[in-house]
Amino acid sequence: MTAEFWITQAFNGLSYGALLFLLASGLSLIFGVMRIVNLAHGSYFMLGGYVGLSVVWRTGSFAAALVAGALAIALIGVGMERLFLRRLPGQTLGQVLMTVGFALMFQDLALLIWGGDPYTIPVPATLQGIVTAGALRFPTYRIFIIVVASLVGAVLWIVLDRTRMGAMIRAAVDDREMAQGVGIHVPVVSLGVFALGAALAALGGVIGGGFLGVYPGADFEVLPYAFVVVIVGGLGSLPGAMVGSLLVGLLDNFGKALFPELSYFTLFAPMALILALRPTGLFGRA
Amino acid sequence: MLELSDVHTYYGASHVLQGVTLAVGPGEIVTILGRNGMGKTTLIRSIIGFTPPRRGRVGFKGDDVTRWPPFRMVERGMALVPQGRRVFASLTVRENLEVARQSRTGRWTLPRVFELFPSLGNRARNRANKLSGGEQQMLAIGRALMTDPDLLLMDEPTEGLAPLLVREVGRVIAGLKRDGLSILLVEQNLPLALAVADRVHILSRGQIVHSSGPADLMANEAVKSRYLGVA
Repeated sequence: MTAEFWITQAFNGLSYGALLFLLASGLSLIFGVMRIVNLAHGSYFMLGGYVGLSVVWRTGSFAAALVAGALAIALIGVGMERLFLRRLPGQTLGQVLMTVGFALMFQDLALLIWGGDPYTIPVPATLQGIVTAGALRFPTYRIFIIVVASLVGAVLWIVLDRTRMGAMIRAAVDDREMAQGVGIHVPVVSLGVFALGAALAALGGVIGGGFLGVYPGADFEVLPYAFVVVIVGGLGSLPGAMVGSLLVGLLDNFGKALFPELSYFTLFAPMALILALRPTGLFGRA
Repeated sequence: MLELSDVHTYYGASHVLQGVTLAVGPGEIVTILGRNGMGKTTLIRSIIGFTPPRRGRVGFKGDDVTRWPPFRMVERGMALVPQGRRVFASLTVRENLEVARQSRTGRWTLPRVFELFPSLGNRARNRANKLSGGEQQMLAIGRALMTDPDLLLMDEPTEGLAPLLVREVGRVIAGLKRDGLSILLVEQNLPLALAVADRVHILSRGQIVHSSGPADLMANEAVKSRYLGVA
């Protein structure tokens, strides 16, 4: 176990955590504002990847794929929220079943449109290189993921923490009913947060498609990770999603590198421990 | 300003408000008295739209607002100081006030709220859950005023406050009345309620069982002991 091993694995964990943050921040915000456990959130990741793939095939532009993937899936999210989930306010079981139903339909739909073969989204040449520092080698694409996630995290934090709109979102997280009682259009806030969360997951899907690939089953593969992040960090908390993503990214990576046969254990045992000691997660409120 | 006619409100199968009719005129303070569990908070929730009535009509400034969503009520000029204060715990004092801001008439601004409640101005950057109970109550009132209301619904604004703070709330209510605000006040504190009210209704088991001016109620020992438990 050289220092090189630790640094490389920490870097890999960091970049995977960055990808998880894109996925989980939206899931956490959606739960915080709307109390909806969206089991179709992994589908947004997968569909984002597929839409991005098609756009790259058509246009050759990775940037266009990022934008188109995010926008297309935001629209799907808006449709789901306005036409379906809004009709089940406060009915947790109904919502869960409905989002599972959507997830399964999206899975079939993706299979129908894109087939069963795995693909990798071609990324621009500028992102394909390797940055070397002494004996250490860092893939440029993974650095790109970290940069994107950091930017997204910074913008989300500034908007949530420093603007009136962000304060309105937090007010709706604190007390949804009372937020309406001071004049906040909570249904509009909810829709916006849902669209944003879906768009971020799709962005993660396009970016993830560049190194994890796009394939059937990616949706339900990433979903448990997103849930571990959100549960560890605390539902509805942005700092929680940040710390949770990093923690899960690192745990998963070191777990797989050091104890490959126990990789699920190293991921889920800490989650169980945190839940037992702090049921609201590291940054969650009761 | 506000007219309720034959309002019936249910929680599931339980029939809480059983035909309430009352009115609040412009610049008037109407107080609702009654023991716990008699439907006072449900009445407030029915008006603001948290628990819309199943039957009956709520009229506000000439509109039929029955079953309007709460945020539309607020935009029309109704504001709520809820039971238990319900300030947004993770927001700062300033944010609690800012999120409620409506720029309809510009009568109420952040500086004016801080002038009315100087202690809030001193703690503008503190999170609301760090405030004392009294300060949280001031914040809940200030937050309601930031929506620039014509009608204020206040649900037990003195609950759990020390006597000094109860008097302070009384002074604030009297001041708002001088400014021409209409107020529907649910209150357990009888002296305060009688001091500020133009008219008083007593709610018992979801129905109004007594209506009068404050002086008449003060003199009516039978009603006071029967419905309010005051000897």
